[in-house]
Amino acid sequence: MGAIYRRELGAYFTSSIAYIFLAAFWMLSGWFFFAGSLSQGTTDMSYMFQSMFSILVFLIPILTMRLFSEEKKQKTEQGLLTAPVSLGEIVFGKYFSALTLYTIGILMPFVYGLILSAFGQVEWGILFANFLALFLLGTAFIAVGTLISALTENQVAAAVLGIAALLVIQMIDSLVSYINITWLADAVKSLSFWTRYYAVTCGLFNVSTVIFYLSAAFIFNYLTIRVFERRRWS
Amino acid sequence: MIEVRNLTKHYGDKHAVNDISFTVEDGEILGFLGPNGAGKSTTMNMLTGYISSTSGQALINGVDILEDPIKAKSFIGYLPELPPLYLDMTVKGYLNYIYDLKKCKLPRRAHLREVMDLTQITEVQGRLIKNLSKGYKQRVGLAQALIGNPPVLILDEPTVGMDPRQIQEILMLIKKLGKNHSVILSSHILSEIQATCDRIIIINHGVVAAHDTTDNLAKNVSTDHRIIARIEGPRQEIVKALRNIAGIRYCRADMEREPGVFEYELEAAPGYDIRRALFDIVCENHWYLLSLGSAEMTLEDVFLKITMGEGIVLDSAQTAKGGKA
Repeated sequence: MGAIYRRELGAYFTSSIAYIFLAAFWMLSGWFFFAGSLSQGTTDMSYMFQSMFSILVFLIPILTMRLFSEEKKQKTEQGLLTAPVSLGEIVFGKYFSALTLYTIGILMPFVYGLILSAFGQVEWGILFANFLALFLLGTAFIAVGTLISALTENQVAAAVLGIAALLVIQMIDSLVSYINITWLADAVKSLSFWTRYYAVTCGLFNVSTVIFYLSAAFIFNYLTIRVFERRRWS
Repeated sequence: MIEVRNLTKHYGDKHAVNDISFTVEDGEILGFLGPNGAGKSTTMNMLTGYISSTSGQALINGVDILEDPIKAKSFIGYLPELPPLYLDMTVKGYLNYIYDLKKCKLPRRAHLREVMDLTQITEVQGRLIKNLSKGYKQRVGLAQALIGNPPVLILDEPTVGMDPRQIQEILMLIKKLGKNHSVILSSHILSEIQATCDRIIIINHGVVAAHDTTDNLAKNVSTDHRIIARIEGPRQEIVKALRNIAGIRYCRADMEREPGVFEYELEAAPGYDIRRALFDIVCENHWYLLSLGSAEMTLEDVFLKITMGEGIVLDSAQTAKGGKA
């Protein structure tokens, strides 16, 4: 797994996706930080964190689009699948490389915290909880993007499909308002990525949030492994 | 050692590979021959665990590729038809990655240097793979397969894109490796296979069309006595006269090699030696015999006859099929 992880992380930088992702992420988060905190004269960063959700819907598929699609297109997939490594090692090696780059990106709010601390009292505990929520959201979103990348050999298709999938996930809440059956509405609502994330930005952090996002990450990575298993047996 | 038993692959109704069986001992090179689309690559992909088989079994050093794929794969060095190269990496970076990927335990620097020397890519080790010529890419692909010194090598058309001198070198290398590895080498170029392999399997339409040692394959089909003679003289008359030789089966004039000189292809029935009779006829008619040679059936002819469906069935192929039933 280590070899795949290191190669993938290196490829992020040689293919310049790392720079594009980090630049876009920091620019957008910087703007929301300026608009929501600096210009308002407050150390409350919840506006920025809430905005991050929508930004990630568009940026994470950029991060994950080439993970598997490029392997398939360049025919390097064959080397990977005939190497003495398990499918789990392959999928998680790639997954963790994307997660690492993502984590570098979301460290930026701590810099914003330092900037704000020059003007007032920063609640570092809340900032850290928000960072953790952002990280957990990423674990799930990246797993979705990884799965979609495994389904196509075209990077652009992987990106577009990934954005579409994450948009659907984002819209779960608005979907709920159209469901009249109470128990079904409740069931769908409990799958909402946004509700749990929003709760953290308001200061409510609990263990079920952690379990929810990590389970989602696990399920989507498992599905990716199944995609390769199925392809081998078809 | 590779053991393949009744390996079959169906894609829906299409039989890509049908009931193939063979073994490759240690220290043996098996040639896989067949026209494009015959099922060579599909078979190799099944042996290396890239795709599963519909039925049948493939054992690598006694380990079933489907039952314990990771262990079986660790015995295999595989060069697919399209070498799995990451174009944005340097040769050295790529080989280091493969070393890690295969969890190789050999001393890293010495082993990588040895592999690069063997495949003669030491001088390009710092270059990006995308900037290499096709022949070099192919050699990096071969180097990749050799890392970890696996006992089984499966090479799918390793010489594609190389110039004749490089082909010679690579084939020499493969021959050397064949002394202590089990090697499967596929190609659709006969001379390569003939020069390198101990045994040959000809695959056509997904089934084994012939399976024998290289020498036997060539021998078995060339039992007919064929002669090529170059004679100076009137073409029509010569053909007519030659057709009267006792035991002749077939005679035809080929192309005009020199002004007034034609090449004649003659085939005699088994047990007849027509060379003396031929000489006499030429003398009697005051023609000139400029050259006389026997036309051994080459592997090329064997291959063409088998794959074009001319109905040559080798004894050995029959026994191979009988053995499977």
